[in-house]
Amino acid sequence: MSTASAANASTSAGPAGRHASGRALLEVRDLVVELPVEGSLRPVLHGLSLSIQPGEALGLVGESGSGKSMTARAIDRLLPPGARVRGTIRFDGRDVMGMEGPELRRFRTEVAMIFQDPRAHTNPVRRIGDFMTEALRTNEGVPLREAEHRAIQLLESVGIEDGPRRLRQYPHELSGGLLQRVMIATALLTRPRLLLADEPTTALDVTTQAEVMAILDELRREMGLAMLFITHDLELAAAVCDRTAVMYAGRVMEVRVSSLLHDDPLHPYTAALAAARPRIDATLPRLAAIPGRPLSAFEAPADACAFASRCPYVQEECGRRQPELVELDGGLTRCRRAVELRGTLGARRA
Amino acid sequence: MRLRFLLRRLAMLAGTLLVSSFVIFSALFLAPGNPIAVLSGGRSLPPDAVRILEARYHLNDPFLAQYWLWLKGALHGDLGISIALREDVSTLIASRIGTTAALVLYASLLILLIGIGLGLAAGLRPGLLDTSVLAVTAISAAIPSFVAAIVLILVFSVKVRWFPSLGNGQGVFGTIHHLTLPAVALAISSLAIVARVTRASVREEFRREHVQTAVSRGIPHRQVVMRHVLRNAAIPITTVSGITIASLIAVSAVVERAFSLNGLGAYLVAAATSKDFAVVQGISLVLVTAFVLVNVVVDVLYAVLDPRVDLGARAR
Repeated sequence: MSTASAANASTSAGPAGRHASGRALLEVRDLVVELPVEGSLRPVLHGLSLSIQPGEALGLVGESGSGKSMTARAIDRLLPPGARVRGTIRFDGRDVMGMEGPELRRFRTEVAMIFQDPRAHTNPVRRIGDFMTEALRTNEGVPLREAEHRAIQLLESVGIEDGPRRLRQYPHELSGGLLQRVMIATALLTRPRLLLADEPTTALDVTTQAEVMAILDELRREMGLAMLFITHDLELAAAVCDRTAVMYAGRVMEVRVSSLLHDDPLHPYTAALAAARPRIDATLPRLAAIPGRPLSAFEAPADACAFASRCPYVQEECGRRQPELVELDGGLTRCRRAVELRGTLGARRA
Repeated sequence: MRLRFLLRRLAMLAGTLLVSSFVIFSALFLAPGNPIAVLSGGRSLPPDAVRILEARYHLNDPFLAQYWLWLKGALHGDLGISIALREDVSTLIASRIGTTAALVLYASLLILLIGIGLGLAAGLRPGLLDTSVLAVTAISAAIPSFVAAIVLILVFSVKVRWFPSLGNGQGVFGTIHHLTLPAVALAISSLAIVARVTRASVREEFRREHVQTAVSRGIPHRQVVMRHVLRNAAIPITTVSGITIASLIAVSAVVERAFSLNGLGAYLVAAATSKDFAVVQGISLVLVTAFVLVNVVVDVLYAVLDPRVDLGARAR
């Protein structure tokens, strides 16, 4: 990470950005989401807080079921019917939860979402051109020709040269990587201020992943967009994001400048995640794994640390009280032993 | 590409018709019963007369020769002569096909307009309307046409006397008036099925990820429904409507009998009872042709609606 972005990020590292110098573009505070499952409400987020400054990229990392995608969905108000939401979401100072009708639609044009599976997220019976220009034409009344012209330009910037031909094609005629690039171009077409990227490269094969990620990262910086980048890949998040938030069982466990996350984590869970990543430069008898199984948000205890059952540093007290998210060394951590453990959690220094 | 697809479908249509004509012909060839006995009313005829009749109706020719003769005639619009009525089968069919066509068309319109209409309403508006549509269609999907016919006659012809119970009626309005109850009887269970499939497809599409994409881009709800939900739901709706409408052609026989309509289906049943083979073959061929044609139309429509249908590929 560049020093500039690291410095910028550290200024905004107060709890949920409360002490940030500028106004946060997105501010989520104490977000609680419950979804109806078989007739009863199940919590998926337990008071999640995070903030993103204009132009900043925040990574959101966690295992499956930790609530990463639900966070993005809750921000864009895309939760399934019957979902119960508490807490506040403010975008550029506006209250997102209270938005209705045209105001909500205008908000959604300022926040663009890039989904994990581009195939499922494009209408199979409509042409790429129609898919790309739909929002411009219906929301901003841009004439078709003008909209297509802009679409072709953006396709070029994501590395798709034969735009006019692509616009006439259907999604099933494009490969997954190509389609995800179309998705990115489409998301940028309406000139949003915030990107919500929900595992944008997970469904792609590895060589395509790197390519798509590079394009996304470059365009985002060029256009000065803020981004919430959701992934289960700690290293990838650290590589493209200024700060990274680590989630576990519906809560944020740690927020830290990405460059420090791997070598100097504040939370034992982050350290375990970093250690569990297979290494290419070392031969190990077996892959490191976090003992136990990941807890889903609905299984997480209200009055204990959710990671306690798997934590190598666990003490009796950890099972009695929910730790708070507190500031430490310019980051945030939800661990009652954080001060004690600081500096000792760094991942495998050979 | 589209033209080749169309040509391929037409070739398949011709093939299907050829095979079904052979099946129809051989089924009746193998069927028990002697047409001459029917003709004579069970009396024994002098051997000379039998021989003349056998020669006239080619009853002693080899099977394939008889089939070829019949097929050749059928291609020229000559379906042979009714043994019972001694009239051209084509003429007999022509005088009755209008009734059946009108009945099936009427029932199809009911299915398409009311069935799809109810399904859309239920799919788009959860709540009381949805629940009542579900309940009503669950019951009516299980009503066979002949039961519907009896109940409709009992209620609307005998009790409240809004509609006639018998006959074809004169003029456009007379025909519509007379065909209303039969069309309802014919349509009712298919209508319920189409309504349920329509509702399910609309619901299904609402849950699709690409609809979520549209919502996430701030597209107004109306447009999301029109351009994504309904447009895509049209594919399964077309399929099920096509199948049910094609099946009406066969079920129409029951309804025509119940309402004493002078249509092809009723005549088919009558001709089969009296062993009037030429008529049975002729009507069967016409009905099969109509059935296959409806299916071709659905296939073409399907290809128009869904770009993923590979126009160049052979049917699987």
